[in-house]
Amino acid sequence: MELEYLQNYWWLLVSVLGGILVFLLFVQGGQSMMYTLGRTPERRNLMLAAMGSKWELTFTTLVTFGGAMFASFPLFYSTSFGGAYWLWILILFSFVLQAVSYEYRRKKGNVYGSSTYDAFLFFNGCFGCILLGVAVSMFFFGGEFSVNRTNILTIGGNPVISRWAPTHGFEAIFNARNLVLGVAVLFLARMQACFYLINKIAGNEQLRSELRAKAFINGGIFVIAFLTFLTLLCMATGYDVVSEGGRTVSVSEEPYKYFNAITGTWWIGATMLIGVVMVLWGWFIGCFRKANGAIWLTGFGTFLTVIALFWAAGYGNTAFLPSITDPMSSLTIRNASSSKFTLTVMSWVSLLIPFVLAYIWYVWHSMDKKKLTSEEAEAEH
Amino acid sequence: MENLTTVVDWSRLQFALTAIYHWLFVPLTLGLSVLVAIMETIWLRTKKEKWLKATKFWMTLFGINFAIGVATGLILEFEFGTNWSNYSWFVGDIFGAPLAIEGILAFFMEATFIAVMFFGWKKVSPGFHLASTWLTAIGASISALWILVANAWMQYPVGMEFDPDQMRNVMENFWALFSGIAVNKFFHAVFSGWALAGVFVIGVSCYFLWKKRNRDFAILSIRSGAWFGLIGLLLTMYTGDGSAVEVARHQPMKLAAMEGLYHGNAPQSLTAVGIPNPEKRWNNDEPEYLFDIQLPYGLSILARHKLDAFVPGITDIIEGRDVIDGDTVYTVSYAERIERGRAAQKALAEYGAARQAGDSVAMNTALTAFRADYPYFGYGYFNDVEEAIPPVGITFVTFRIMVILGSYFILFYLLTILLTYKPDILDRARWFQLLAMVSVPLMWVCSESGWAVAEMGRQPWTIQDLLPTCAAISDIPASSVVVTFWLFAAVFTILLVAEVTIMVKYVEKESQKNLNA
Repeated sequence: MELEYLQNYWWLLVSVLGGILVFLLFVQGGQSMMYTLGRTPERRNLMLAAMGSKWELTFTTLVTFGGAMFASFPLFYSTSFGGAYWLWILILFSFVLQAVSYEYRRKKGNVYGSSTYDAFLFFNGCFGCILLGVAVSMFFFGGEFSVNRTNILTIGGNPVISRWAPTHGFEAIFNARNLVLGVAVLFLARMQACFYLINKIAGNEQLRSELRAKAFINGGIFVIAFLTFLTLLCMATGYDVVSEGGRTVSVSEEPYKYFNAITGTWWIGATMLIGVVMVLWGWFIGCFRKANGAIWLTGFGTFLTVIALFWAAGYGNTAFLPSITDPMSSLTIRNASSSKFTLTVMSWVSLLIPFVLAYIWYVWHSMDKKKLTSEEAEAEH
Repeated sequence: MENLTTVVDWSRLQFALTAIYHWLFVPLTLGLSVLVAIMETIWLRTKKEKWLKATKFWMTLFGINFAIGVATGLILEFEFGTNWSNYSWFVGDIFGAPLAIEGILAFFMEATFIAVMFFGWKKVSPGFHLASTWLTAIGASISALWILVANAWMQYPVGMEFDPDQMRNVMENFWALFSGIAVNKFFHAVFSGWALAGVFVIGVSCYFLWKKRNRDFAILSIRSGAWFGLIGLLLTMYTGDGSAVEVARHQPMKLAAMEGLYHGNAPQSLTAVGIPNPEKRWNNDEPEYLFDIQLPYGLSILARHKLDAFVPGITDIIEGRDVIDGDTVYTVSYAERIERGRAAQKALAEYGAARQAGDSVAMNTALTAFRADYPYFGYGYFNDVEEAIPPVGITFVTFRIMVILGSYFILFYLLTILLTYKPDILDRARWFQLLAMVSVPLMWVCSESGWAVAEMGRQPWTIQDLLPTCAAISDIPASSVVVTFWLFAAVFTILLVAEVTIMVKYVEKESQKNLNA
């Protein structure tokens, strides 16, 4: 198989993982609402018990997303992680705090009290979503870095191939355009958390109507933030990259690059349109028609929208990590990928992914058949 | 970039910190998950309540430990990118694959089925629950397999070729990743987890006996833990012996550092106990040890499985001296390796210049020269052969701690098994109960020492012979790494304190309940 097909295939798989990850961020969305929705200890325990059986899936998807990026596009791993150091460290830090909190928050002898672990979860809920949104936004709005592979031959000096601006990720975090997507991801996750909880918990009409009201408000903020991001994206100037044999030959600026990608490539535009419509439809029926299963509609819509965004960032002679300061250093799926051999090996392994998804679905179904009650939530610790 | 050495040192320190903390939790996960699965299997087959109680008790401790292992593991994976940026590109084509496979095959298995293990007792059938417990345990071991394959490849890089156009190594043979080093390393690490879990179970159960609570439960757990741990420890020793032979073959400098050996002999004795001389250098006449007790033939047997085999020391290796079939032969000295490493780097630069100029003849000439010297590429980063020697003191000491404690635990396990068949003596043997509790932290010291030997002994390499740590780093200020080092040090310590306290409280609380069926 041609290297380019394999690169396209692996960008597709990375997109799928990204889409699943953003969907699963409903766990973080729920954590970010623990002080409002979870006002009483019983309510909070119920919420967190509902989230607690799913947090590891989100966490694992994040880890696997990182691993897949490492295996398929190692230059991204090398450049973005080592360059936007603080952005990634803060993301990791927030997830470290999450990993222990579900298990420890109600355990006797947890030393720091339940409120500390709840604060950890709240921190991860808010910052995890925003910062992951910022990281994805950099796929379009880029970073300040350069890549020079011959640097490794520098003896006694700085041998690092990828070099980033001295702010090392803070410039990305405080970039307004990136933050818009961060905010959109946060409020999307909060809306999804409401729909997930409506679907997960048994009875409790008062909580369910409160969840629907919250889904309406959070969904509304998400729609405004996402439309703002989409407008910024469509107006943005991107790079038109010409590649040959895995190397960038030329880079030129292309006004309305992403608008052209979304509207000019029918499968990107159609996927995004279907995704957005599904999210909006799910939002509507979840809030106004009291549909219990709205999470599946908004969830699948989220998945489709995210993969369409990834496609716009990666496919079609574009850079998925544009360099603002040195356009020729921009990362594309052509120059950042692993070799043909490695991508082929990994592609064989990827044939197991449907099997993995199947058992995840089966277990999810088995565990959520019976709705969660407050009594069960209280017993779980 | 500011002071290069400082960035390298702090990056190494941060990685070591994360790895040390991660390894506090992982072996218990590896061992306890299997032990719990065995207990649940026995319960399902016999329907005896005592096994269900034991399963649930140890499963809860497993869960408390599991979460923090996951947290530290996340950092470890991403640190390859954040702190070892050059490394990620230089070998990402090979190293990334096992990490991705680990995520796809192992992490999802663990994450999915651990939820059933803890929340599914009343939601799924007993058979499905048992399958989930086993799949969680298997997932943990599969995870270990892939990360240890990756680690072994760093110590014995095979199955790849350097691509001069991309300035990186590319994979040529996936199955070469499963080298003898990888296989031994995997089984050594996983079985050491069994050995550690066995001591943990015995130590905690002896607390019950110490407090004279739940005697039957305690003895059942001690017997299970002792047999399980003994099997684990024997297999750990067997694979450890295999590892020693592999190290002697592929990383002789590491073996020499483990022994503090500078001048080898045939036969070569083993230093049973000793104090390495801090003044000793590869090229001075200081004695190797300030004090030592030697076991004749020991190292020849350990490293080469031959009574009279020659084992080279640090000076021998640096000078390229070896003894084959009784004859002294000279191979490539370290001084020559440095020269050839530099020649490889120069040829690579010439290749790049020729390519830019479109001179294919010059490209071929440079490439031929480069290929001849590439095996020593990494040595070109050194100015002095001294830089290629691992820290001898810490490698020597941690190796001895591991071996001495490992030997102690064989005796400990045998004694424990004996006592479990004489429960009346076990009841009265307060000294043994105390010894078992004290042995728990010692087991962790033993386990961590093993990793210290493996990782300190391979310094200064991230990829043996090809990429030293000084060329593997990210372009970040040392001050940033200092901040994140202390940030993670504080968080990991805070979480460790919480974990231990939660475990202690849980054990104390449960010991007061009736766990005897």
